Amino acid sequence: MDQLITNGLSKRYGQKTDALQDVTFSAPSSGIFALIGRNGAGKTTLVRILATELAPTSGSASINGIDVVKEDKKLRERIAIVPQEARTISWMTPKQSTLTYLMWRGFEYSEAKKRAEESLARLKLDKYADTLNRLLSGGTKRKALAAMVLASEADIIFLDEPTTGLDPISRKDFWVILRELAKDRFIFLTTHYLEEAEQLADTLGILGEGRLVAVGTVPSIRGRIRYQYSVKLPANSPVPGISQGEVTTGRNGEVQILTNEDEAFSISKRLSVAGARFSIGPVSLDDIFFQLVGESTHAEQEAATLGNEGGGSG
Amino acid sequence: MRRSRSSQLVAAILVNAVYEMKNYPINLVNTVLSPLSFLVVIDFVSRGALIGQAIEGGLIMSMFQSGMSLQGDISHLKNDFKLQDMLVSSPASPAAYVVGMAASEIIYNLPALAILIVLGAIYIHPGAFQALELTAALLLMFLTSITIGFMFATLSSDIVQSFAWSRLLTTVFTAITPVYYPITYIPYPFRYLAYLSPTTYVAEIMQNAAGYLQLSGNVLITDWAIISGLAAVLLVVVSRNARWKEV
Repeated sequence: MDQLITNGLSKRYGQKTDALQDVTFSAPSSGIFALIGRNGAGKTTLVRILATELAPTSGSASINGIDVVKEDKKLRERIAIVPQEARTISWMTPKQSTLTYLMWRGFEYSEAKKRAEESLARLKLDKYADTLNRLLSGGTKRKALAAMVLASEADIIFLDEPTTGLDPISRKDFWVILRELAKDRFIFLTTHYLEEAEQLADTLGILGEGRLVAVGTVPSIRGRIRYQYSVKLPANSPVPGISQGEVTTGRNGEVQILTNEDEAFSISKRLSVAGARFSIGPVSLDDIFFQLVGESTHAEQEAATLGNEGGGSG
Repeated sequence: MRRSRSSQLVAAILVNAVYEMKNYPINLVNTVLSPLSFLVVIDFVSRGALIGQAIEGGLIMSMFQSGMSLQGDISHLKNDFKLQDMLVSSPASPAAYVVGMAASEIIYNLPALAILIVLGAIYIHPGAFQALELTAALLLMFLTSITIGFMFATLSSDIVQSFAWSRLLTTVFTAITPVYYPITYIPYPFRYLAYLSPTTYVAEIMQNAAGYLQLSGNVLITDWAIISGLAAVLLVVVSRNARWKEV
């Protein structure tokens, strides 16, 4: 029962823009589900549909057996969201923001005040509790938004790109908060930081141009791609011959060979004998993402080209 | 969990009135000064002859301004802070949100209203029935402006334009139209143009109640019918067409 299930979920804006196309998957609704994708991939549209803000054009979705369209009121009793561009209200303090958010959810003043103070303390924001939001740093403002939803009774939380714009230290601080939140709640987050998804996700979803490219744990997605090992060589290194795999050269001249396990060890043996500098390991989420999303985009471009050719000849 | 509707109403009042008044008092000063500045100018130019009309005009402007402020404030919270998105995905009641926000506008305008009511008691000194008539007309004005404001807010996605519309509509409907002065000052055929504004009907009712204008029974009934009908129609239109969430 504790599952997030979507079935043929699609969203079309106007006559031409397909933001989501036939998204079908199921995943456990516990821990952290991270949805990654490029800008415009449809991440926010999917979040807004699941959070009952937006109606899908077709298809269905449910969380823990509650239909997001037909039982939206029931679901709203259990969810909370921090939208992508949410900001703390400038003329209020973190304490006032959290207190009023809880009152809007129907908490009595005294209970809301108690919960707000506890939540701010839990996120180590108590020293900023009475500072105007406009005077806080970007990272602290983001934490204040998290404190609002953490203080609520919601057990399903949507966070749309919660760490965008934060510096690396603030981002890592925020990860600690997310792990804390996920102890007793289901967190559905979107990000375009692959490292973030790899660090946090119990389940990962990859969206490419409105279509779901993959969903599962990071190791299970890694198992699905063609090349699971990566050998990296410094710039200007001689590239060894390979029987299987792909060789790419980065902007800094670094060479990367993506290949299977046997070939990777064969290459590493030869490089070791030759005394070359190199590193070897399982492919990173970056590699997985570019393999999967790159393939998906490439396949669509090919299909479009074939479609156009077909139309021309017909 | 049992959810408190009164908490939801109070939340809107805290966010949009109490905390803003407390932390940004300059906005409050601006809200108080707008209706009073026109009053001072009209009183000065008419050498005190139109002080009563100007006080009534200030009350109408204050009420109309509340509705237009609702437009800007809801739009601001929705588009700049994404508050409405946060509340859509929560058990918050749309009705409690709107009523709470409307109440917050009245509370925000209380200092201006209090000054105008005191001035009204001094210079107009209405009887109990007239006071009741003035109050009813002002409440209809508030209802009309709130519905116009809420309709604009749900359609708006740009805060700069929202505030511009808010100022424009307040100026057109309260400063240009015969609100601070009697409609008889406007020559025909321009007088007919004034009747395109809902504030004109409220001003006629209030000026008649205070004895500044002598309306026939038929005209007075027509004024009440038009402003009540308009408020009812707008209320129906808003409740059917205003958008709480995107679809």
